[in-house]
Amino acid sequence: MIEIRGLSKTFHTANGDITALQDIDLTIRDGEIYGIIGLSGAGKSTLVRCINLLEQPTAGEVLVDGKNLLTLSRKELLKTRQNIGMIFQGFNLLEQRNVLRNVCYPLEIAGVPKEQAKARAVELLELVGLADRQKAYPAQLSGGQKQRVAIARALATKPHYLLCDEATSALDPNTTQSILALLKEINETLGVTIVVITHEMRVIDQICDRVAVIDQSRIAEEGPVSQVFTRPQSRIARELILPGSKSSVDTVTGKKVRLIFDGERSAEPVIANMILACQAHVSILAADTRDIDGAIYGYTVLAMPDDPRQYERAIAWLDEHHNTYRLED
Amino acid sequence: MFSDIFYKIWNAGLIQIGIWETIYLTLIPTVIAYILGIPMGVLLCVTDKNGLHPIPVLNKILSIFVNIFRSIPFIILMVAMLPVAKLIVGTSLGNKAMIVTLVIAAAPYVARMVESSLKEVDAGVIEAAQAMGTSNFRIVTKVLIPEAKPSLIVGAVISTVTILGYSAMAATIGGTGLGQIAIIYGHQRSKPDVIWVCMILIVIIVQIIQEVGMLIARKTDKRIRK
Repeated sequence: MIEIRGLSKTFHTANGDITALQDIDLTIRDGEIYGIIGLSGAGKSTLVRCINLLEQPTAGEVLVDGKNLLTLSRKELLKTRQNIGMIFQGFNLLEQRNVLRNVCYPLEIAGVPKEQAKARAVELLELVGLADRQKAYPAQLSGGQKQRVAIARALATKPHYLLCDEATSALDPNTTQSILALLKEINETLGVTIVVITHEMRVIDQICDRVAVIDQSRIAEEGPVSQVFTRPQSRIARELILPGSKSSVDTVTGKKVRLIFDGERSAEPVIANMILACQAHVSILAADTRDIDGAIYGYTVLAMPDDPRQYERAIAWLDEHHNTYRLED
Repeated sequence: MFSDIFYKIWNAGLIQIGIWETIYLTLIPTVIAYILGIPMGVLLCVTDKNGLHPIPVLNKILSIFVNIFRSIPFIILMVAMLPVAKLIVGTSLGNKAMIVTLVIAAAPYVARMVESSLKEVDAGVIEAAQAMGTSNFRIVTKVLIPEAKPSLIVGAVISTVTILGYSAMAATIGGTGLGQIAIIYGHQRSKPDVIWVCMILIVIIVQIIQEVGMLIARKTDKRIRK
């Protein structure tokens, strides 16, 4: 378990202090995939670097398996880091080492005998599907292949945790899918707890169990992905879930309703039924649905009729048919 | 076609000896300068304010020290360092003393070369190594130096050629080699053919160092797609 308590980080620069993180509280449970989403500059990369103390927090605590990392000696910290793998947007492979020796690197640092390290590296390269590229150098690989090597390398010391800092942001959509599938597989088969930092909502709803939305150095919202996705409470979460949609919803005045699909009844043609039953003139302002673990989650924002009778009828119909909705302001 | 003096020194084998002395007076100081310059370069890189282990005061002192030695023209530094050479090798004459002065002039130069090569290593790679629990010492030995290897080799080629130039200048105060032959037999006795032969030989030596060095740098660099 990773617990972050009252964490703050301030950078002292020549142009004054910059607050990157303020009063962050987070708990990442064992075995889950935890997403941290935010726009660039929100502080998410700093946050993930505070988990393995690549950045030194200004205040607060970071507890990994109950141990406060800030009280560890340098030697103990280096040892603990071997239990927290990390992958990056830029892959960060050693360019002068071939694939096999890249994966062997953390094992060399951990003092694993050479032959044993090599066997482990081969095993991991098989897991990530690159067993045939052992002798290749990073420059000869594609982005997706490089990230696979980086994943193998991060897992070499059998860490319990894996931090992913925008790990798919430099990849094309197809490659992103395959890397996300690999991360999910690692989480399920090896039981590695994964922390995913991203600015893309699709990464979160594809693999994460829970998500924290970070905005202006603070956590704006946190909870299970299905909940945050269907009922975003904060402005920033709404913005991230449907980029660009905010304006179209906000510019239309009048009564608006957000219909929520909670994974159970989304196969029903709710809107069509409502229009037919109530003779209400509604229009769709925004909509998004996604498949999360086989169930449909999502929402539709409807502009409701101005006519009060039509409006009442529609709301009554929604209540009667047990639809989940929320009045938008 | 050549002057009498040229035939005389050629038949006496002086040119051939001069070639070897030039090579020897270049390679020995280069090797020693690297033995001293690599730790200095590493220290400059590591203690930098953005380095692995910032120590601003030490970095500043070292930097000023290196700058002082680098800003003095070699010909002046060389004569100024003769007493130091006497202190170290017991004489201020001959090649032994020349090697000392060459090393004093070259080591700070090498330190800067090494520093700039190490600073080229991608910060992300260093961060990844830190995330894997690598100590600073091992980041230097297992990441910085191996990753900077092609650049370090290119730097070594440039340094060697610079030191070769210095070693020819050392002829003015008694160093041997092609530089000395050019000055004593060519310049002082007004025999341009001797100067030209020495010059061409030096150009050939530089070309060989340059080509072989760059070939090694290219061969070791794994960033090139093959």
